Amino acid sequence: MTGVAIAGAAESDLGVTGRSILGLQAQAVTRALADAGLTLADVDGIATTGVSRFSATQLAEYLGVRPSWTDSTFAGGSAFEMFVARAAQAIEAGQCSTVVVSFASNQRSARSRSLGGVVEAHTPEAQFETPYGPLYPISYYAMAAQQYLHRYGGTREQLAEVAVAAREWALLNPAAYRHGAGPLTAQDVLAAPEVSSPLTTADCCLVTDGGGAVVLTSLERARDLRKPPVRVLGYGERTTNTSMTAVDDLTVTGAVEAGRDAFARAGLTPADVDVAEVYDSFTITVVLTLEALGFCGRGEALDWIAGGRIRPGGDFPLDTSGGGLSYCHPGQYGVLLLVEAVRQLRGECGARQVPGAEVALAHGTGGILSTHATVLLGVDR
Amino acid sequence: MNAGGGQVNVPEPDEVTDPWWEATRERRLLVQRCSCGHVQHPPRVLCTACGATEGLGWTEASGAAVVDACTVVRRAMPGFTPPYVVARVRLAEGVLLLSNVVTDEPGAVGIGDPLRLDWRPLPDGRALPVFVPLER
Repeated sequence: MTGVAIAGAAESDLGVTGRSILGLQAQAVTRALADAGLTLADVDGIATTGVSRFSATQLAEYLGVRPSWTDSTFAGGSAFEMFVARAAQAIEAGQCSTVVVSFASNQRSARSRSLGGVVEAHTPEAQFETPYGPLYPISYYAMAAQQYLHRYGGTREQLAEVAVAAREWALLNPAAYRHGAGPLTAQDVLAAPEVSSPLTTADCCLVTDGGGAVVLTSLERARDLRKPPVRVLGYGERTTNTSMTAVDDLTVTGAVEAGRDAFARAGLTPADVDVAEVYDSFTITVVLTLEALGFCGRGEALDWIAGGRIRPGGDFPLDTSGGGLSYCHPGQYGVLLLVEAVRQLRGECGARQVPGAEVALAHGTGGILSTHATVLLGVDR
Repeated sequence: MNAGGGQVNVPEPDEVTDPWWEATRERRLLVQRCSCGHVQHPPRVLCTACGATEGLGWTEASGAAVVDACTVVRRAMPGFTPPYVVARVRLAEGVLLLSNVVTDEPGAVGIGDPLRLDWRPLPDGRALPVFVPLER
């Protein structure tokens, strides 16, 4: 348990926006502050990444803020769950009082994403991996999927359920990129063009613009603000690799320890989670993460998610926005996991609302299963 | 044989990786070994098992290996011609390397398949270690 809460949450424009990164960032930040009933004058902490080399510095100047605390940890899609942990610590330590955690990307409008990713020439990967032409990050997740299916005997059809369920949720979310696309079947997923075997385009997250922000402050202060506070109950993280060969077993990720630490801090168990927002960069990411977090046993996830369990109306509501697979994926999607978790706990989700949700989990994954961060959030009881 | 690649730009070695790359000119595959017995790849200035910065040397790999995991890449990247196989290759010496499995049947390569070492020459005389399926 912490004495810190999320007081505001918002998305920027999503999809294909034609807007700049800082323009989308400013949208997300000002909307999240308005949601909280706060203004930029209240902000003394900024955590962001993906803006520039000096990400938090750049955003602070753009917003006209002189923060007493910043963080620009670069950890891919998991950075935002890490930011929540660091912001909670900074607020409890008294270094700042009001932190905005934000992200935005215009990668679809700007056509800035490349199949091989970004590899810096001075890194070991540039000498020892890039010359072989792996798609980054897809080929790594593809090899993880291959190892998983090989070891546990699962099928591609079973793996496709992650994408199928995500689409079902997106059909309930007017903000989702695939909201109007109609249902997806397992056969559709398998019939989509293969990118890096065994993964097809339908196993891969979207490439869209988009962004979001959450505002953190003390629980005490949050109780006097516009929206009901969402408490930060626990957090944990692990950092495991940058290369494709450092991790011996591709099916066991750092989410094991990240989740264990988060549940221990919160005094909760997986059975206490009412709604889970788990990074779905690829279908296999979700399978590995559900097992790592302890929702089911090792090798059991494909059977466990079958039969509608993770679809709307199922007993384990997962990625209720439609996820990175069908809602929005601006490249570092982790902040939008937090936004959706907050909205679910406030009961703001309309047709996709999980009735009575009191505990939510947000789990970010960055890079090539490189960084893993879990945040547990709860209503203020 | 579809090797997949690659007119890719392989960076110059640094002070740590230079011996490894120099050995590729003689078509020898080196693995870094610490006096504590630990083997590691890629080469580093320290041993990730015992932390020592002294006592790191080289052992020559036999070239025997198996597929730890692999994927058939089907999207074109600059300098590569799909389809081609990217694989995590487990050397008999114990370490994992990322490499290509060079074959006319990319879809037939699977986990546990035995491999032998081969080389893809680079324009500057160095060479990339790649692997070929072993006839069973």
